[in-house]
Amino acid sequence: MAARTVSERPPIIGPGHTSGTVTDKISEVVLRKTPRWWYVGFGVSFLLVMLFFYAVAYLFTKGVGIWGVNVPVGWGWDITNFVWWIGIGHAGTLISAILLLLRQQWRNSINRFAEAMTLFAVACASTYPILHLGRPWVFYWLMPYPNSLGIWPQFRSPLVWDVFAVSTYAMISLLFWFVGLIPDLATLRDRAGSQGAKVIYGILAMGWRGSARHWHNYESAYLMLAGLATYLVVSVHSVVSFDFASGVLPGWHTTVLPPYFVAGAIYSGFAMVLTLSIPLRAAFGLEDFITARHLQNMAKVMLATGLIVAYGYLIEIFMAWYSNDPYEKYMVVNRVMGPYAFQYWALLACNVVSPQFLWLKRVRSSTACLFVLSIVVNIGMWLERYVIIVTSLHRDFVPSSWGMYSGTVWDYATFIGTIGLFLALMFLFIRFLPAISIFEMRTILPEAKSVEEAGR
Amino acid sequence: MKGGPRLWGLMAEFHTPQELVEAAARTRAEGYRRLDAYSPFPMEALSDAMGLPASKVPMLVLIGGLIGAVAGFSLQYWVSVIEYPLDIGGKPYNSWPAFIPVVFECTILCAGLFAVLGMLALNGLPMPYHPVFNAPRFALASRDRYFLCIEARDGKFDLEATRRFLESLRPSEVTEVAA
Amino acid sequence: MRDGPPAPGNTTGGTPLRQARGREFWRSLEELAGSPEFEARLRDEFPRQASEWHDGLDRRRFLQLAGASLALAGLQGCTRQPVEAIVPYVKQPEEIVPGTPLFYATVLTLGGYAQGLLVESHEGRPTKIEGNPSHPASLGSTDVFAQAAILGLYDPDRSQLLTELRSVRTWKDFVTALRAGLQAQAALDGEGIRILTETVTSPTLAGQIQAVLDRFPKARWHQWEPVTRDAVRLAARAAFGGLLETRYDLSLPDVIVSLDADFVTAGPGAVRRARDFAGRRRVRGDGAGMSRLYVIESAPTAVGTLADHRLAVRAGALPAVTAALAKALGLPEASGSNAQLDEAQARFVRAAAADLLSRRGRCVVIPGEYAPPAVHVLAHAINHRLGAVGAMVIHTEPVEARPVDQASSLRDLVEDMEAGRVDLLAILGGNPVYTSPSDLGFAEAMLNVSMRFHLAAEEDETSEYCQWHVPEAHFLEAWSDARAFDGTASIAQPLIEPLYGGRSAHEVLAAFVEEAPRPGLGIVRESWRSKIKAADFETVWRRSLHDGVVEGTALPGRSAAIREEAVREAIASIRPPAGDSLDLILRPDPSVHDGRFANNGWLQELPRPLSKLTWDNVAHIGPATARRLGVESGDVVEVAASGAAVRLPVWVLPGHPDGAVTAHIGYGRRRIGRVGAGVGADLYPLRTAAAPWLLEATMTSTGHKAELASTQEHFGMEGRRPVRHGTLAELRINPGFVRETEEPHRKEESFYPAQPYPGRAWGLAIDLSVCTGCNACVVACQAENNIPVVGKDQVRRGREMHWLRIDRYYEGPVEAPAVHHMPVMCMHCEQAPCEVVCPVGATNHSSEGLNDMVYNRCVGTRYCSNNCPYKVRRFNFLQYSDERTPVLKLGRNPDVTVRSRGVMEKCTYCVQRINGARIEAEKAGRPVRDGEVVTACQQACPTQAIVFGDINDREARVARWRSEPTHYGLLEELNTRPRTTYLAKLTNPNPDLERG
Repeated sequence: MAARTVSERPPIIGPGHTSGTVTDKISEVVLRKTPRWWYVGFGVSFLLVMLFFYAVAYLFTKGVGIWGVNVPVGWGWDITNFVWWIGIGHAGTLISAILLLLRQQWRNSINRFAEAMTLFAVACASTYPILHLGRPWVFYWLMPYPNSLGIWPQFRSPLVWDVFAVSTYAMISLLFWFVGLIPDLATLRDRAGSQGAKVIYGILAMGWRGSARHWHNYESAYLMLAGLATYLVVSVHSVVSFDFASGVLPGWHTTVLPPYFVAGAIYSGFAMVLTLSIPLRAAFGLEDFITARHLQNMAKVMLATGLIVAYGYLIEIFMAWYSNDPYEKYMVVNRVMGPYAFQYWALLACNVVSPQFLWLKRVRSSTACLFVLSIVVNIGMWLERYVIIVTSLHRDFVPSSWGMYSGTVWDYATFIGTIGLFLALMFLFIRFLPAISIFEMRTILPEAKSVEEAGR
Repeated sequence: MKGGPRLWGLMAEFHTPQELVEAAARTRAEGYRRLDAYSPFPMEALSDAMGLPASKVPMLVLIGGLIGAVAGFSLQYWVSVIEYPLDIGGKPYNSWPAFIPVVFECTILCAGLFAVLGMLALNGLPMPYHPVFNAPRFALASRDRYFLCIEARDGKFDLEATRRFLESLRPSEVTEVAA
Repeated sequence: MRDGPPAPGNTTGGTPLRQARGREFWRSLEELAGSPEFEARLRDEFPRQASEWHDGLDRRRFLQLAGASLALAGLQGCTRQPVEAIVPYVKQPEEIVPGTPLFYATVLTLGGYAQGLLVESHEGRPTKIEGNPSHPASLGSTDVFAQAAILGLYDPDRSQLLTELRSVRTWKDFVTALRAGLQAQAALDGEGIRILTETVTSPTLAGQIQAVLDRFPKARWHQWEPVTRDAVRLAARAAFGGLLETRYDLSLPDVIVSLDADFVTAGPGAVRRARDFAGRRRVRGDGAGMSRLYVIESAPTAVGTLADHRLAVRAGALPAVTAALAKALGLPEASGSNAQLDEAQARFVRAAAADLLSRRGRCVVIPGEYAPPAVHVLAHAINHRLGAVGAMVIHTEPVEARPVDQASSLRDLVEDMEAGRVDLLAILGGNPVYTSPSDLGFAEAMLNVSMRFHLAAEEDETSEYCQWHVPEAHFLEAWSDARAFDGTASIAQPLIEPLYGGRSAHEVLAAFVEEAPRPGLGIVRESWRSKIKAADFETVWRRSLHDGVVEGTALPGRSAAIREEAVREAIASIRPPAGDSLDLILRPDPSVHDGRFANNGWLQELPRPLSKLTWDNVAHIGPATARRLGVESGDVVEVAASGAAVRLPVWVLPGHPDGAVTAHIGYGRRRIGRVGAGVGADLYPLRTAAAPWLLEATMTSTGHKAELASTQEHFGMEGRRPVRHGTLAELRINPGFVRETEEPHRKEESFYPAQPYPGRAWGLAIDLSVCTGCNACVVACQAENNIPVVGKDQVRRGREMHWLRIDRYYEGPVEAPAVHHMPVMCMHCEQAPCEVVCPVGATNHSSEGLNDMVYNRCVGTRYCSNNCPYKVRRFNFLQYSDERTPVLKLGRNPDVTVRSRGVMEKCTYCVQRINGARIEAEKAGRPVRDGEVVTACQQACPTQAIVFGDINDREARVARWRSEPTHYGLLEELNTRPRTTYLAKLTNPNPDLERG
């Protein structure tokens, strides 16, 4: 198909590039003098990080009571944010792992910072399971470690599954990301001007020589990691969804949750990749590497996953009717017409209606539209988790214990704080590491292609 | 090797990957065994040309995965059934279906660790010093140049003969690499 | 928290140490004073979070007297704690075994009438109050006030200093001053001496007052009880020509008609009446012998929710309806009555009358404590007519030491004071400045008295108007005695030395007549030595103390003849209510009563039985009235009556009669401790001596909104059936009807084999037929399990901590709904959803089927609460338990952990009691007997609606309850296998009315 489509579709890399130009262009981003806008951007996000620390300090002194949580609604913004962040991470893994296995070479120019995004999103996400505890200082009791009490985690609890799933996810993503970096670190080592940079990059590169033997094992390991990460793409959000699916609450206790959580995760993840890559390519003039083709492909993935998510919402309603369970039925009615109806309809507008515009080529090829849509979808996915958590909890089985929930200023502060944390890490990343995988870009150059063809 | 020669080997530089692949192939045909090729990006063709055996990484990953799975389940079984059994929601102590997710995650984790550590071990990394870095233009190996190095340890290695042979491969230049 | 400003003279800093101490001191004082500046500064510190932090202090004022603790610690620390508690026994009293509680009998008086108690004491510290099984007014049960009294004992806000004009004095100073005042009166035969008390039944106190009156013949004794029973007394005088006490035995009648009588919660002997009544409503088998209850009421009450037939009438129409009933029953005197009833009322009265007549001699009509005299007179006549007197209705000599018409008694006092005829006024207990009828102008008149002193538990509104304030000892701190509704006398013994040096009324009165101060014990003992004619006084005395009752002091019934003319006058006095006027019905608050319990956090936070409101009093109105006024719950209205006006939030109460508004007195206290201050609105200004309970009023909407803290937001069952109910008839036709009406998809199968329970299997069952929603169990649970108070703001956020809640549901038309009470605590599910999701195993199952909660292990994910279908788990979102105020620590139950911030908690089936019983049993080498383990809620319940035991033991009561046809489990269809289960609510309606 390549032959046919290349003619009509924009290329995945600008014309006239050689291994040399690619190397120079990308590594220059890291090695040149820091641009002013970087200081501004990093400064702002750093302030937000301080806000985060302030909110957390107050939280630790007073207790989770400063948040809006109550009985019956024991979880609110905290777990919503957790699921949201975890979800965002998934696109990174999907791009770097699954698309690699599918030999989608257009992913080569976006996988690096998509993986970085994954790492930082997971970092933000993993703060919440700790912060939301009533006694955060004993969070480590959730992990199995030999202790004098002789007591252990309760392995039937989805929260323990979370601990394993999320930490595995973080670890594998980190390895995958770092392994991918090694050859590029070697490049930076060899090109860095200052002695300091040489040493640091040198240490990180671990003496990589680009020898055929290196590449031989490297490729094999990289593929293996990709294969493992692929399982994680599917498993992590399934496990997260078990937090709800294995509960008894109407609106939680449903088998459709895992698949549509995964789809939703990829959905929001790609939205976030777009949100990040569009300004990034503009800022560094990387349009040659992150071309319109990339944006369009991501838009298509969003459209597809968006439809799966929509199907999830639909099946939820159908099952409530089909099961004839009075509680399930009431849950749906309450979502659609209850006190949180606005959030529900807003989420449908963001997640179901807005992506439909992506059917239009005009929209897909308009950077501005994609940027706006990506943000809308991010909001929508946050609302989805909020609706699932709050509307299911606030009116469950016994009417006498029904209640209402709303976040407090401290909920907002913590959330904005983690966004700041995420951005700050992102800024550091694009400043000190190659935001695009150099060696993988080289492999999609004509010169590389020709040799592979010759090889066959 | 006798007395450790002061010379590491001879390094030939090429401009295109094709040249390197051909060169590697011919060098092997010539009978050289202790040689290595350096390129800015992976090339299956090059591996074939150098006749590298299949990588051991996949086997390591399998082993890692199995270790993880067994460890994951036995941890949960030991904790829930032997060490500190508790009646949780009327479930049996060994409620194995509830243990599956953790087993799965442990499998992935160990497999992944084995993949990366295995790869580094097989490549002998980290390795802060290596003679090829002495080659003056070797830094370009991480940009857009392609190098072939025949090591002095090779039984067939003879400074003059080998240099002549390498030049016959029409490299942009041939340099001696100090050990 | 930021430091306060540096102390004066310390502004330049100085050494860090000095500065720190200076600041600390200054800050604490400010907080102690609760100065607005201080709280304002706190607010400024976290601008958007104002409420959070500010309420953080505010809401835990009672629990966490953050600053005050400095001052208190000073007081408590040194001398006030009973020795036993703070030093190890050097020489151990033989009856005290550390760790094992002792129980002492004593009595609590409310409105002068005694309720027998057994008080649990740990190493000398009273920790829990239970009913005294051998006391006629208790039979082992208690009401909310008795349960909460223990907190009143340790209330750090109780007055702690004897003062004259706000400056500290000693008891000696006081006696000197008093005697000086008396000296001056000696010549005048005490013409200027007045003593004001509340209702007195205490023989000793009466004797002492009499002694004073003998010494000063012209002195006067006045009585004023805010929850006045004047109507009862007036009616008795009218109907019988003399003062009689009338009590009702509800274990006998088959048919009961209540005339606005909330007989299970209001009035002397309510707890006992509730017990007797429930005995005839607790349906077993085919329900033989179940009594039938007709309720005619002007304001929704507990009794109304139990009624088989309820008729809501405007308060003004009550006498007319009563007259019609009398007429229908064929009372000759009533034949002349021309009461106009509407169709519904007429049908109701006809049916009730027919039912009564068919059960002659097995029926009773009960007039309400707060109903007008006419209703009482007619009720007396009816009961005589129906042959209820002697068995169901018993007339006795008065229980009160000296019954008087208290309104006029107080009026006389005010007139004397205004006329300057009073020189020395002794107010022994009570808070007349706050509670006296507004039209008397008591406070102003009082200022004409030259010497005023006040014996009171806290420095209240009245202390403000008196030169001398004497701290009154709590009833657990002082010797006294009192008589129950049936006259039975009890001796109240103290369990602890006065924490704050309080004195009893006995000690004060003793100072009137004798030089040497006499201890309470001596006074009470002497007065009884003269009364007990037994040869061996000591034995009788000791037995009386031990049993909590003095044998043979119950008053015998006596015959009494009705004066026909009284009945005729009553009939004649009845006027039809003015059509468009609005009835303002005042009632004592179910929690703070007449305001005396306003500083009790447990009671303030207790959800009121019908509205489930906490920390407020409101104007209850019916839906129709609300519609007409265009207001909804939470809107603030202005209620104006007798020349005064009060602003109150509205609460729309289904079933409340139209054209009437019901509000509770006892709020809006001006001078009181940190808890009660600023809670609710004061309604006493509307109250007049002539009309204490019912006034004509106007109500106007103000357009403002109030923030109310209700613990239940949904009162409908939303088509679900948490409460299952039916009629006796249904049960007889089809015993299994309760189970048949279950949700369709009930499934028992499970992926796993069920855990076996070979040994004991604890279970608890609740009979919904007899739950009156009185809340006694809720407070009992709170007291037993050290459950903290969280304050209004936290309740509004849905964070109340009660382990046991009483759900209330309405069914049917809003004008006349059926009301159901449903106590809900942890179900201890055998397949508990909460346990499976806990990541650290902090909640798991015991071998006897308890759903245990391990506080030390809990990390606070709240997942268990989310996954609990019953939402019975409670979480410490903040540091709710006060761990700083020493005096509060004394009152805690040492057998129960005090929970800290961030952990989940819930009902444990009082596991400490279970283990206590198990240990005893094991020591004796026998199995735990049925009834040996009694949970706190079960023990307190006046109607014995709760039973606990081993469901594996066929003979156990709980097992027998579970085998009843009406037995069901809440949300059984979720396959949680709850151990807490219910017996469906059964009513016994009159077929004739049903059909109509």
